[in-house]
Amino acid sequence: MQKYISLLRMKFIAGIQYRAAAFAGILTQYAWGGMEILIYRCFYLENQTDFPMQMQALSNYVWLQQGLLALFMAWILENDIFEMITHGNVAYELCRPCDLYNMWIFRNMGVRLSRAALRCLPVFVVAALLPAPYGLKLPPTPGSAGLFLLSAILGFLNAVAFSMLIYVSTFYTFSIQGTRAFCLAVVDLLSGKVIPIPFLPDGIRQIVELLPFASMQNAPLRIYGGDIAGPQAAQAILLQCFWLAAMILAGRILLRKALSRIVVQGG
Amino acid sequence: MKLYLKYLKIHVQSMMEHKASFFLTMAAQVMTTITAFLGISCLFLRFHSVQGFSYQEVLLGYSVILFSFSLAEMFARGFDAFGSILSNGQFDRILLRPRNDIFQVLATKVEFTRIGKLLQAFVMMLYVIFTSDISWTPCKAAIVVLMIFGGAALFSGLFLVYAALCFFTTQGLEFLNIFTDGGRELGKYPMGIYGKAVLRFFTFLVPLAMIQYYPLLYLTGRDSRTILGLCPLTGFVFLIPCHALWKFGVRHFVSTGS
Repeated sequence: MQKYISLLRMKFIAGIQYRAAAFAGILTQYAWGGMEILIYRCFYLENQTDFPMQMQALSNYVWLQQGLLALFMAWILENDIFEMITHGNVAYELCRPCDLYNMWIFRNMGVRLSRAALRCLPVFVVAALLPAPYGLKLPPTPGSAGLFLLSAILGFLNAVAFSMLIYVSTFYTFSIQGTRAFCLAVVDLLSGKVIPIPFLPDGIRQIVELLPFASMQNAPLRIYGGDIAGPQAAQAILLQCFWLAAMILAGRILLRKALSRIVVQGG
Repeated sequence: MKLYLKYLKIHVQSMMEHKASFFLTMAAQVMTTITAFLGISCLFLRFHSVQGFSYQEVLLGYSVILFSFSLAEMFARGFDAFGSILSNGQFDRILLRPRNDIFQVLATKVEFTRIGKLLQAFVMMLYVIFTSDISWTPCKAAIVVLMIFGGAALFSGLFLVYAALCFFTTQGLEFLNIFTDGGRELGKYPMGIYGKAVLRFFTFLVPLAMIQYYPLLYLTGRDSRTILGLCPLTGFVFLIPCHALWKFGVRHFVSTGS
């Protein structure tokens, strides 16, 4: 375990060196958060009865999403790993006395944590200063804060486990960037990035909420604002645990199968 | 022009060497804009209208923006990669050739994968034309075409600014994407719905409302002044200061030496 944690730390420390990139990222996050709020505000002012969330809960959702983007997005992937697989350098990785799955999942966690660490505070501070229903407010009850923390950790792990599935699938398909981008666009829709899941039409919404994609950002971000509370929150968290276990298991099995028939060309 | 066609032919040929990759990339891009379209549709299933604009009217505005943004991306993408053109010394070579520098940068890259997005914008537009209450006249059709090309000019101008600033920073300034991608994002809806401050910004600073919102007011009969239909010309006027900035940058250009 020790060695995986130090791998995570290594990636984290390397990641927080890129401050200029983070600065550009933060500016972008302000702009995108602001734009989303502007768009939803129009619909909110238009028709409050059909608005499926509290405006404050939605603003919390948007700002947390912007600040913690690196934790929950499926498309935060490391090109190094794809190159390793397609170029065959994965052979070196296999020589190490470590488990490949653990190694990759921990380094992915390190990368994501470093990015989030640099970006989240400036986003949150400015968002907290915005006027009432459009800024970021503390969770309504200490209970929802605790549940949010638990659910956020699970959501983060879900996102990492999902990106592991993407890496592992590269063993079977080889690169093909187009297919990957195509899938990630669909995931964006199903995870609540394009529009929050409560805004989906009834019928579709109930199905989407059960899919693993809703376990990434949808659950924690809605628990924070109290949009999901009580027994529903418990249900959402249990679902997160289930998908986490399922995706890790699937990832490990697929990786083992891929490695059992892998042929690394010399050179 | 003949030379540009020749460049185009070379780009098509090189692309056809990797057909599968071309179609997959195109499909992926269309998917991202289709999810955006689905997002709008979901919101309209719930709310039916936003500040009096119907689904069709909003889609008309969005398809114009998507159309012009994709056109600009397709033909003016060379500016986007300008940071690397500068840093690897390719621009020194460009300056030595007896052709216009902007022309050569434009010709370095043509993104045919954007055809998918253009097609989607076109389909959305057809849907609007056949289902909306707008009574179409040749004049109104001409205005839509003007909007598309004015918008393409405007977005190209923004790409040009992006490239011109590279002369001073050598690297691309990524946060400038806020104006291009952000403009496309807010352009999903008529630009006037976001309030006065936003509308003013997009009227006077980055005149995106001139190519989308004001002509849309005329097309949907909210405002009967025909002059609004000519607003998209601002997109072409916008190119003048952008070009000036580029010229200024070229004059200050010091080779990176590699």
